[in-house]
Amino acid sequence: MSDIVLRTENLTASYDEHIAVKNVNLSIVRNKITAIMGPSGCGKTTLIRCFNRMHELSPKARVEGKVFLIENSNEVIDIYSVDPMLVRRKIGMVFQKPNPFPTMSIYENVIAGYILNGIRLKKSDADEIVEETLKKVSLWDEVKDQLRKKGAFLSGGQQQRLCIARALAMKPDVILLDEPTSALDPVATMKIEELLEQLKNTVTIVIVTHNVGQAGRVSDYVAFMYLGELVEYGPTDVIFTRPSHEKTEEFLSGKIG
Amino acid sequence: MTKYELRIIKSKVISVILTFITIVSTFPFLLVLYFIMKNGISVINWEFLTSLPKPVGEPGGGILNAIIGTAILVTIALILSVPFGILAGIYLAERSETKIAFISRLVSEILQGVPSIVIGIIAYLWVVKPIGYFSALSGGVALGIIMLPLVIKSTEEILKLIPHELKEASLALGVPYYKTILKVMIPAGLSGILTGVLTGIARIAGETAPLLFTAFGNPFLSFNILKPISALPLLIFTYAISPYENWWAKAWGASCILVFFVLSLNIITRLISTRR
Amino acid sequence: MANQSTKKLELSKDSLFNLLLVVSAVLLVMLGVGFFLSLFQASLISLKEFGLSFFVKAEWDPVQERFGALPFIYGTLLTSFIALAISLPFSIAISIVLGEYFQKGFFAEVLRYLTELIAGVPSVVLGFWGLFFLVPIIRELEMKFDLPPYGVGIFTASLILAFMILPYSASIGKDAMRLVPNELKEAAYALGTTRWEMIKKIMLPYARSGIIAGIILSLGRALGETMAVTMVIGNYHGIPENIFSPGNTIASVIANEFTEATGEVYLSSLMYLGLTLFIVTTVVNIIGRFVLKKLQSQR
Repeated sequence: MSDIVLRTENLTASYDEHIAVKNVNLSIVRNKITAIMGPSGCGKTTLIRCFNRMHELSPKARVEGKVFLIENSNEVIDIYSVDPMLVRRKIGMVFQKPNPFPTMSIYENVIAGYILNGIRLKKSDADEIVEETLKKVSLWDEVKDQLRKKGAFLSGGQQQRLCIARALAMKPDVILLDEPTSALDPVATMKIEELLEQLKNTVTIVIVTHNVGQAGRVSDYVAFMYLGELVEYGPTDVIFTRPSHEKTEEFLSGKIG
Repeated sequence: MTKYELRIIKSKVISVILTFITIVSTFPFLLVLYFIMKNGISVINWEFLTSLPKPVGEPGGGILNAIIGTAILVTIALILSVPFGILAGIYLAERSETKIAFISRLVSEILQGVPSIVIGIIAYLWVVKPIGYFSALSGGVALGIIMLPLVIKSTEEILKLIPHELKEASLALGVPYYKTILKVMIPAGLSGILTGVLTGIARIAGETAPLLFTAFGNPFLSFNILKPISALPLLIFTYAISPYENWWAKAWGASCILVFFVLSLNIITRLISTRR
Repeated sequence: MANQSTKKLELSKDSLFNLLLVVSAVLLVMLGVGFFLSLFQASLISLKEFGLSFFVKAEWDPVQERFGALPFIYGTLLTSFIALAISLPFSIAISIVLGEYFQKGFFAEVLRYLTELIAGVPSVVLGFWGLFFLVPIIRELEMKFDLPPYGVGIFTASLILAFMILPYSASIGKDAMRLVPNELKEAAYALGTTRWEMIKKIMLPYARSGIIAGIILSLGRALGETMAVTMVIGNYHGIPENIFSPGNTIASVIANEFTEATGEVYLSSLMYLGLTLFIVTTVVNIIGRFVLKKLQSQR
């Protein structure tokens, strides 16, 4: 594996007494889509929440081990030794339920990261970011005349694409998607999946899913987690055709999960 | 008639009786409203609103001192209670499980139940006694303490109702915690906090007991927060128990204004909170 | 990307904000503790002088500086409990009507507003109204029954108190009735009960703790209510002979005499009254809230 963007070293994460992620060593490849799959409760969400330091927001959460972000300039950042806010701007996140900010317009939602962080944008720059990002998530044509309206009238799928846009607007190195389609209908799901395919040229994508089909359709690499451990990790076509681990095979064939 | 039919009739009769009792229970309110309107409306005119009281026996004069006084007292109370209450409310919503949260929530609940006259005593002890005389400030402190638990409670409750995802979305964009709370959570919960503040204003604008020995009352116009000041409810009380018919009329007029103000605040508050 | 120094600033602002939150919570606790301590300290002179006999002595003599609170405690309890008794049937009727018969719709909304808005009328205005509307009526009644025609007195005060507390108990009772699960009601109907039988046998027992909590919390209100009571109770220092006699409550004595109190013992005795009121209402409120919380945690 050549160009690595995110690397974990013996990553262990726990809530209170419960260990959710055990000793994971994983390297995410730049500009590819990596799916993390596994039955619910296997620790896949906790794992990606360690990548952008969201895990530590939970009460009594603990993290051991290291996570490195290798930026385009080849600068290596140990994300647990810098300010979490900085990490979260470089590693964006999209959640299970679409969560646009209800008090902001569509336009403001796209550049919410700038507004809330107090980063001033020139009007022309802001316009450009909004248009470019909304085009990236194929939402531009649907909302370009209603940018100043609040996003409440959007469908669930549109809202989720708006949330992806909000993450992309910060120009992150990586975006983490935590089961982004679990609250959506099949058509909206398909649209998001197509979108991810287009996005990977500009950003590395890590998607958590418990849906085997989705992992197979969208990802270049796939990691299978079971009971907090990383069982198997490799190119998707290899894992899906010749899983080397019994548990992976059982999961892929629907016996567990 | 069968026994079953009797039971149904009994059920219907009881429902009519209970509905009747409920309607009767609204009579006192309607009577109060009618009485105040009947006696008060005719008193209210431009002079009544914009001039100061005249000595007993002289015709004319108004209640400007009390209107300004109430406005000043409520403003002091708001300044003291709203920022403090919102911060405490945020703490209670965000760290709801800590020991401090448990105790301060209890304190807030206890404060909410303390009779307002006792709060007046505290404002007397804390402000009037050290300064040496009655003052608008001490009245504002008393009203602020009355208002505080209402602000705290509405802030805490609305923040707890806001979906957790919203906070996560903001934090995941690298937004610092304080900005997440102040720029995302508070705006999202603004209607709830506003409801609490408006309810609080409606409550304190009519409070009399805690002002008796704090703001004390003042027949003249005063803007000095370290001097005694008048207030609508204080003026109503003084005039109502006076022996002068002329003053009673003024008290009805003042009651009319106060009740109109308080009830419209109540109704606005309800409209805001049902629209949410 | 912001540079490192503004990042540091953000970080320190974050800890400052966190500190501010903790400080305000701690300040709130200190406010509560200080509240009690100040009141206690101010009562100390009287507390030392009279101790617990304060509660059983019936004399209130500023000239001799001898103070006992019995008549006021008696007056407070009497007015509050008569008010509860008067408001109870109304409160239960409203709870049933708004909690079951009319839960939605225009009529329900209007009725709810009208039953609750009286709580928004300032106490002093209710007292004023009581003085000019209720007192003459009561006076005529008293003449008909050959009672001394005071007009003002315990009963008049109780009547106004009853109006004032009704919205509290009714609204909590109504909420409790609305929380009765539909399945339970339907189960009762399925057994062939009439609506009233269902209300009596299913809803009222289920909502009982809510109704009780409403009564307790409105008692807390009644005990400390000041202005309206002060204006119509007659301000008599002795123990009232019957419920039509004038009297005084703890709150009305404080309201009437605080600014006139000369002498340390006198003022301190009024503080002692305030402390008593504080403790009693706090205990009543905590019990009421406890009952309410138990009800809420049931589901």
